[in-house]
Order: sequence, then structure tokens, then C-alpha cells
Amino acid sequence: MQTEQHQSGADGAENHAGANVDEIMQKVAEHKGCGTSGGSGKASCGSGAGENDLPTEIWEKVKNHPCYSEEAHHHYARMHVAVAPACNIQCNYCNRKYDCANESRPGVVSEKLTPEQAAKKVLAVASTIPQMTVLGIAGPGDPLANPEKTFKTFELVAKYAPDIKLCVSTNGLTLPDHVERLSKYNIDHVTITINMVDPEVGAKIYPWVYYNKKRYHGVEAAKILTDRQLQGLEMLTERGILSKINSVMIPGINDEHLVEVNKAVKSRGAFLHNIMPLISAPEHGTVFGLTGQRGPTAQELKALQDNCEGEMNMMRHCRQCRADAVGLLGEDRSAEFTTDKVMEMEVSYDLEARKAYQEAVEKERQAVVDAKKAELAGLAGEHSDIKMLIAVATKGSGKVNEHFGHAKEFQVYELSTSGAKFVGHRRVDLYCQGGYGEEDSLATIIRAINDCHAVFVAKIGGCPKNDLKAAGIDPVDQYAGEFIEQSAIAYFKDYLDKVKSGEIQHVERGDAQIRQGALTAAEAA
Amino acid sequence: MAYKIVKDNCTGCSACEPECPNEAISESKDGLFIIDPAKCTECIGHHDQPQCVAVCPIEETCVIDDNYPRYQAA
Ligand code: SF4
Ligand code: SF4
Ligand code: SF4
Repeated sequence: MQTEQHQSGADGAENHAGANVDEIMQKVAEHKGCGTSGGSGKASCGSGAGENDLPTEIWEKVKNHPCYSEEAHHHYARMHVAVAPACNIQCNYCNRKYDCANESRPGVVSEKLTPEQAAKKVLAVASTIPQMTVLGIAGPGDPLANPEKTFKTFELVAKYAPDIKLCVSTNGLTLPDHVERLSKYNIDHVTITINMVDPEVGAKIYPWVYYNKKRYHGVEAAKILTDRQLQGLEMLTERGILSKINSVMIPGINDEHLVEVNKAVKSRGAFLHNIMPLISAPEHGTVFGLTGQRGPTAQELKALQDNCEGEMNMMRHCRQCRADAVGLLGEDRSAEFTTDKVMEMEVSYDLEARKAYQEAVEKERQAVVDAKKAELAGLAGEHSDIKMLIAVATKGSGKVNEHFGHAKEFQVYELSTSGAKFVGHRRVDLYCQGGYGEEDSLATIIRAINDCHAVFVAKIGGCPKNDLKAAGIDPVDQYAGEFIEQSAIAYFKDYLDKVKSGEIQHVERGDAQIRQGALTAAEAA
Repeated sequence: MAYKIVKDNCTGCSACEPECPNEAISESKDGLFIIDPAKCTECIGHHDQPQCVAVCPIEETCVIDDNYPRYQAA
């Protein structure tokens, strides 16, 4: 019914977003069917989407966007600036005394910036890291509960760094009030966190919302929130602004319901759905942490994502970054850009140099794609029901180029006769904090990748090698420095051959644990 | 008259500041927020609920300051 209400707004929208919006949104709508039409074997067109899978107009919008495409996030970086500390709703997975638990690591308060400081930081980072293509404002509160700070920041960045794409994350409560303004600032995409479309479910997640000068509780609060979120989503779609939906998977509360959420947001034009695991360690002091609400296991999360994938694009590479994250995959560069340092930096923003650098990145990226295609040709005609997961240690550029003991996370790919498909990442950085080589950290790393048959690394010491083998995970260092997907397919071919010849037997692996905590500042995504 | 902000609880999130109809709330030097009791009207005559209380994410942070008599709308 809301769809009808808002259709009348569509004419007005054209004035803002240009005439070809309808066309683009039409293509978005058509595109969403690709998951089902491709047959069960190649359901993914989301996280692994490439040039050939997407309509050109949309590809142009998203190709350098690390948060949109799993492939792009190997090559491009994003940053968040923490200009928006205020929030207008309360979530049971958030402890406002610190940061939002699901977008930020709790217990470490992000460095809050004024819009001017934020703009200077963006220029400083973009001049130092030419692959930085995206600025997101994602809190630590709700950026649209802080509209003045958020829009002022966008205005400054658009003026001084016009090539940087802008995006914003919101809980959606005030979204309908700001859609006009968002379309004026040429915001590339909006992320809305939607955890339910049923107020009864919502009441278990949100104790209250502050709306129209009042605090509402329980089901009433959740009803307001879901209505506003869906209305906002429809308004964005009408204006041709791409929308990504974030959902936090809370076992026993909204896990099954998220399939319904997926349908609801898809039918309103959402482009990408990102289902994230709940983070709820007791020490974070969130309501869910204190009530012992658990997060999903790796396999539960994957099963839900797989379940929704036939419906629309699924994003699987979100790192639940902190509100002040900076950098490219595998790097942690926030320490270089503290407010003190940034304010002292001489910044020369060289658009041409950035462009030239990014052209080189595109070449490198094409090489990855070509290598994968070439290797894939060798799998053609092969048919097997065997599917397996592998973990990869990488610091970017789509290569196996990280030492086992230095990996902050492992990227997980699913191998089958249709190729190598990215299905997620497993964070291990906190395990390794006490220095690696320690028995303890190794045991926790194994738990994090326990559902994988192999781990690809650039290098690995003898001890961890033996322990991995004992745990049934094959440590593979023969592809050091090579392209991930190409290597993975080659490995898989080899594996199938060995199974066929009876040299090895294929056994299923168990489940794995998702580490509790968000990414500090590394990586793209 | 007045509401006050319990310093130990305030996170400095700034949610309250723009909501106050009387501009009674401001940021102090330590980045936390304070209410000027001379300006606070408990939101009477403006809103059904005191806005700082309604928006503050931390319970028991914006509370009545008993040192002042209740505000009387003119
Ligand atoms: S990966 Fe990080 S930057 Fe990308 S959408 Fe998730 S939280 Fe945002
Ligand atoms: S809303 Fe509450 S926590 Fe936030 S600044 Fe105001 S008093 Fe402090
Ligand atoms: S009660 Fe109302 S008038 Fe008083 S400080 Fe809070 S918001 Fe301002």
C-alpha cells in the first residue's frame, strides 16, 4: 500500500535525478532476476558481480565501490568519518556508552570529528591512498539524526574532492525527511539497516525510538520504524538512488524472519542485501550481550545468505567496520590519520594523479578477471556434487599474498565445478594480538576456519602447518603471489582428480565460529 | 527550572542539544553536555515530553534537579 502512496512522488523525482533514472531503475529491477534465472549452480550475481553480469549504467556506478562488489574491494578502499554521534533509536545490540556494536568495535570510542576536520581528513587520506574512492558516513550514531553535520561534510568533500563517491548509512527513521537533500548531494548509495518488517519482531530488537518529539516503546515504536524505513526506501528508489540493506542476524529473534525482510526490500527496489552476524559479547555491555543472546555460527549465516540469494544480490564481504575506518583490505591505516596528524598535514589533492593511479588499478584488476576466466575454461564439462570451502590469506589485489601468521582475516571461497565463489571472511586479528606462533591463537584460528578444507597462504611455519593438517585443514603455500580465484580453481581441479582416482576421499567439514568484534580500520569492502 | 545532566552517564553524543526548544543545552569543555537551569522550562508549553529525556540514549542521565522549583508555564 505504501508503494501506491509514493508513486505520485515519482514525477517530482525526475527533476532531481535526471531523465534516465527510470531507465536505470528498470534495469536494476530486471537485473535482480539473474540469481534465479542462472540456475542453481550459478546463483551469485551479487557479491561477485562483474562487468558482464550488470547493466552498464549500474556497473559504472558501482565498479569502483568497495562496498558494492566483492571483486572491487580487493582494489579500492573506503573510509568512514565519525561526524555523527547522536542517535534517535535504541537497539539491543548497541551500547551507546561506547559505539554501535555492529558497525564499530565496542569499547573503543571513535574519534569524533567536526565536518571541517572530517573534510580535511578525507583530503589527506585520498592524497595518500589513491585507491580511496568512497567516503561513507556511518555514525557512530545515525548520520541522518545529525543531518547538519552529515550534509556539511558531504558538501565540503563534494567541493574539494569531486571524484569521491559519497554514501551514508542510516537506521531509516528520519530517512523520508532527507531523501530530497540526499538526491541533491549526488549521494551514490544509501545503506539502511532493516532488521524486521514485523513490529512484533521489532519490539524484541528496539526498546524505543524518538520520533516527532516523543519517545515511543515496544511494538508501537517498531511499527513507526518499519513504516519509515520502507517509505524511505521507496522514495530512494523513485529517485534512482541505489539502496543497500543491512540486516543483523539474531538467532531466535529475526533469523527466519529475514527471508521475509529480504522479499520486502527487494520488492521496493533495494539493490543489495547484506546480512551480518550479531556481535554480542557480554563485555560489550549491550542488552543482547547481557542477556546471553548468541550470534550465528558461520554455517548458519551462510545458510541464510544462500537462502536469500535466489531472491536478490547478497553482499557477503561486509566487515562491519568502525565508524572511523580507513584503508584497503588487509591494511590498518587509521593510526596514520588521527586528528592531530591530519590537521598538521599539507594536503595537495591531485585529481589527475588519482585518475592515473586508478587506471593502473583497473589494468591490474582486469588481469585478475582474465586469469580466472582462463583457469575456469579447464573446468568446463566437469560435473561433480562436491563443494568445498577454502580460506585465503591475502592483503589485496586479489592475490594469495599474506603470511599465515600475519593474516588479520581469511577470505573464504566456495569451490565447485561452477568455479570459485566468495562467500565471506573470517576475522582472526584479535586472536593474534599477543604475537603469533602461540598455541592459543592457533586453536582459535582453526576454530574460525574449521569449515574449510584448505587454507591458502603465501608462507607458513612448520608448527602451524602440522597443527592445521591434524585438524584436517590442508595448508597450501604453492600458490604464493598468484591470483586467488585462478589458484583456487586449479586446486579444485586437482582435488577432483585425486578423488576420482581414489587417492583421497572427500569428507564434509564441520561448522566454524564467527569472531566477536568489528573490524578496527583495515580493509576495503 | 530544571533538568540536569548526570555527568558520569553522559556520553557526549550531542543528541539532546538540537532538540531543546530553549537552547538550554550546550557542550562543555570536556565534550560532555550541560543544561543551563535558568533556560530550561522542562519543555512545558513546547512538548509533551522533556526532549532531553526522550532522546538521551542513556537511562537516568537527564534527570530533574531538585534544587530548583518546578517550572510553571506562564
Ligand atoms: S564493509 Fe565496512 S565500509 Fe563496507 S558496507 Fe560494511 S561496514 Fe560499510
Ligand atoms: S543525549 Fe544524553 S548522552 Fe547524549 S549528550 Fe545529551 S545528555 Fe549526554
Ligand atoms: S527539559 Fe526541555 S527545556 Fe529543559 S533542557 Fe531538556 S530539552 Fe531543554
